[in-house]
Amino acid sequence: MSETTAKSNVQEPAINSVVTESRGTRALLIGVAVFFLLIFLVVPLVTVFQQAFAKGVQAYFASFDDDDAQAAIKLTCIVAAIAVPFNLVFGIAASWAIAKFQFPGKSLLITLIDLPFSVSPVVSGLIFILVFGAQGLLAPLLNTFDVQIVFAVPGIVLATVFVTFPLIARQLIPLMEEQGNGDEEAALTLGASGFHAFRTVTLPNIKWGLLYGVLLCNARAMGEFGAVSVVSGHIRGLTDTIPLHVEILYNEYNFVAAFAVASLLTGLALVTLVIKAILTWRYSSELAAGAH
Amino acid sequence: MPLAHISESGPTEITVDHVSKRFKNTDVLRDICLDIRAGELLALLGPSGSGKTTLLRIIAGLEAADSGRIVFGGADATRLPVQKREVGFVFQHYALFKHLTVAENIAYGLNARGRRNRPLAREIARRVDDLLNLIKLSNFADRYPSQLSGGQRQRVALARALAVEPRVLLLDEPFGALDAQVRKDLRRWLREIHQRTGQTTIFVTHDQEEALELSDRVAVLHAGRLEQIGNSIEVQDHPASIAVLQFLGEALELPAQVIDGAILVNGRPVPVDIAGRSNGPVRFFVRPWHFDVASPDEAHVQGLVYNVYRAQGRAHVAIERAGQEPFTIAIAEDLLPRVHETINLRIRGGYLFS
Repeated sequence: MSETTAKSNVQEPAINSVVTESRGTRALLIGVAVFFLLIFLVVPLVTVFQQAFAKGVQAYFASFDDDDAQAAIKLTCIVAAIAVPFNLVFGIAASWAIAKFQFPGKSLLITLIDLPFSVSPVVSGLIFILVFGAQGLLAPLLNTFDVQIVFAVPGIVLATVFVTFPLIARQLIPLMEEQGNGDEEAALTLGASGFHAFRTVTLPNIKWGLLYGVLLCNARAMGEFGAVSVVSGHIRGLTDTIPLHVEILYNEYNFVAAFAVASLLTGLALVTLVIKAILTWRYSSELAAGAH
Repeated sequence: MPLAHISESGPTEITVDHVSKRFKNTDVLRDICLDIRAGELLALLGPSGSGKTTLLRIIAGLEAADSGRIVFGGADATRLPVQKREVGFVFQHYALFKHLTVAENIAYGLNARGRRNRPLAREIARRVDDLLNLIKLSNFADRYPSQLSGGQRQRVALARALAVEPRVLLLDEPFGALDAQVRKDLRRWLREIHQRTGQTTIFVTHDQEEALELSDRVAVLHAGRLEQIGNSIEVQDHPASIAVLQFLGEALELPAQVIDGAILVNGRPVPVDIAGRSNGPVRFFVRPWHFDVASPDEAHVQGLVYNVYRAQGRAHVAIERAGQEPFTIAIAEDLLPRVHETINLRIRGGYLFS
């Protein structure tokens, strides 16, 4: 519907003055929007690459030829490789439960899923220190089994999972709620087992929304700074992720290396954005609830 | 007392035995007893909220009854999960799998079977072909549901349900989402399919015309109760309750009483059998076509015409009476009265309830 309105506006701008603003107003509004986009998105983006390549292509690639940088990249990939599948399973399970069943405490569950969005990442990092740290609640237990969580990889994974866990569930809940139970019920009456119905009916119905959620979750998992910074302890080569490593390099005035490593995350953001745009354009009806 | 069981022979395929169901604080179904015979086409008819869809879903195993039993061919199926009930279910909004083609949709139930029970791929393809022929969509095998019209989708949904050779076919308002012309065509076509396949079928509808036209028997539900079950003539000529009467068509209630073996309306007798009722007030209902225009001295009802229109070969006259609900009658087309004219009506039929 909005498409047809837009089209007719383009064809008859003068006649449609009833439903659209004057040419000057439109130019002003578009101008303001473009100006802010430039200042806040395009300029920083260009700066990242400009700084990264400031001393040439060789210096750029040399930045990655460093044990600490490689360790940070590896750790970031490991963390994402754990956090994303975990949130994938949790997201599907939670949205399945919320969208397809009625149970007491459902709205509480929805609120809890949103919790990481409303808590500052630094605070959530601190919570993990208080629970798992050397003086924390679970310290005696952890010491008995000689497990270190804070200032180690498990803590980083936990913090990342916490910060990213609404992303997939939030994407799927409205989608599954809109789709309802009809298709699954049809599959069951046709003799399909619950798992068969899930695999052949539910998954295909949510696959694009799911992919979208995974992309967002991955981008956030790799880019998370605040919570990870608190629990990591910044041990170079051991508990530094890409964002933390960028900070260290920057604080050491190693701008080329800092921006070169940062350009990886920027690249990830751009790829995510492009895939997201393609998904939205191609499968909008299967992504967003209510979009036709 | 509603006639729950009609004494007619014929093997019973499904028995609904004292089934009750509550949602929150509402009784959705109250003690429903119903026998469905092999090969029959049964309509569950009722207004929205009467519990008809819930009853269908309980038979299918998509809902569980709070009490009572469902018996399939003599075996208790109350605890049988939906997958094992061997029912074909057709949903109001089709519920076709939109990522599968028409042929894949129809084959879904066969492909979903365990390896041991699954027919050979060749056999599945043959059965899909047969069903595509049956629903007259042979050229649409490779289309996706989004490329079909509503009527075509519902036919595919029917073929998909028939593919697993169900014990009973259950249709939940199958034509509810379609426009009038498509509805009519599909109705006739469903009747044909039923005659050809002899498939035991239960369908839910709130459209009394649809129920009367299609079904062998109609089960009328009202507020969770089974009010009456019978063929279309029985439920129309001998409605078991006022709810059935009112649901099967417009009816006007008139004050009446039985005096010495006759029913009097407005002090004048009407030609309706009193069925042995004794003297006193009775509840008397009249259909729009039970009226004739008459002279003032033989009128049972008098009123003021406020609207007249012609439709379906009849003149429809809207009448108002001082301090009473307006009502509409249907009389012969050549008797068009004028608007604002007083009209005198004689009653030649009706229904009596004590």
